[in-house]
Amino acid sequence: MAAAPDAPAPAHVHLDAAAGTPLHPAAREVLAAALERGYADPRALHGPGRDARLLLDNAREVVAECLGLSRDEVWFTSPLDAVQRGFLGLAAARRRVGAELVLPAVEHASVRHAARWWADLRGGTVHELPVDRVGRVDVTAFAAAAAPEGVAAAALQLANHEVGTTQPVDGLALPDGVPLFVDASSSLGTLDLPHGRWSAAAGHATSWGGTPGTGLLLVRRGTRWTNPFPGDPEPQDHGGALPDVAGALAAAAALRATLDEREAVDARRRRLVDRIRAVAATLPDTEVVGDPVDRLPHLVTFSCLYLSGEALVRELDRAGFGVASGSACTASTLEPSHVLAALGALTHGNVRISLGREVTDEDVERLTTVLPEVVARLRSEVGL
Amino acid sequence: MSSDGIDLELDCRGMLCPLPVIELGRRHTEVPVGGVVAVVAEDPAARVDVPAWCRMRGQEYVGEDTAPDGVARYAVRRLV
Repeated sequence: MAAAPDAPAPAHVHLDAAAGTPLHPAAREVLAAALERGYADPRALHGPGRDARLLLDNAREVVAECLGLSRDEVWFTSPLDAVQRGFLGLAAARRRVGAELVLPAVEHASVRHAARWWADLRGGTVHELPVDRVGRVDVTAFAAAAAPEGVAAAALQLANHEVGTTQPVDGLALPDGVPLFVDASSSLGTLDLPHGRWSAAAGHATSWGGTPGTGLLLVRRGTRWTNPFPGDPEPQDHGGALPDVAGALAAAAALRATLDEREAVDARRRRLVDRIRAVAATLPDTEVVGDPVDRLPHLVTFSCLYLSGEALVRELDRAGFGVASGSACTASTLEPSHVLAALGALTHGNVRISLGREVTDEDVERLTTVLPEVVARLRSEVGL
Repeated sequence: MSSDGIDLELDCRGMLCPLPVIELGRRHTEVPVGGVVAVVAEDPAARVDVPAWCRMRGQEYVGEDTAPDGVARYAVRRLV
């Protein structure tokens, strides 16, 4: 039966969870209560300050327990600051050794920019390692690149933010003394921290349904770490600025809830992404990018020959789906995604889909109908 | 075939992605199988996307050089 002409359009489905998700329901009440009670400076000695301190300590305790760390290894700060201080704090502690930094070519822009800034400032070099067709770095080549004298620190992401491929962090055996920074900004809450040796890490509360301005700076006990920026040499919440107590509590509550439901939610997201991958693979002249198995459970990227990423994003939005793209025409520069380029993957016609916990089977079924129609329509306009 | 081995040069100066690859997709059949088509493009995406097109369409990516005006030129041998 045809739908009535005045049938309401289906609700818009957010398929760009990697860039932002609705606050986890478990964090909502906590956030409201924390804004009510945790407004004061937790370092102050008065009553409201002590209240805020209690709340912040509680958030730190919860996060540490969720991640299997100790309280003194967890710091709350902005997501970008967590990456910059996490990585460069390791380099700063070894500034007498040198300023050579080693990382794969597919690290997040924030890691690459931080590395280049530090290397330029200290007269060092950034050594970017190639990746294979799915975006994975070779651990033997990585360890070899970190062996020369003068290497201050290395960085390796837990999983790639654009194509989802996990990196073999646990298989990496760096030379003695070279500390490893792990960027877990797109994966914490979904993937466990590495079991092997790492010195500092960064997390972004968006990846587990916390507030978008909250990040985690994790510095292992016994690590040589020095603040690379002005201020106290030791790690501090928010680099010593007024801590965001409410954001920390919301992040802690959301992380605990996310880990509690992770098995079920991520099994479903993995199954739905498998479904989208399968449909994308049947589209003519389309390549699905990234590792099909060892990947983030909720993210899939594919590129359609002859199409513009901008048109795909626009047409899918019109059909009720919000997706991202790594194509140059959707960015503020003419440069295509450095991740897609490093993989040698087609950079135009790119679509990146990431599922939040709220996406349903019905949403994905509708997408699998709409997507081939949109691609066929745009292709017919090109005439190829 | 011209002296530099290019049978057909597609002037894609000023075009943004995906237009240079669309031009390649439309016009590569103007050379016979075994012939070489070159795409001249300033678009930085072409450096990745021309080899990717070759892989996806079963053609051979020959390599990159520069046109006399310094703009990058990507050569492709038609195999099918």
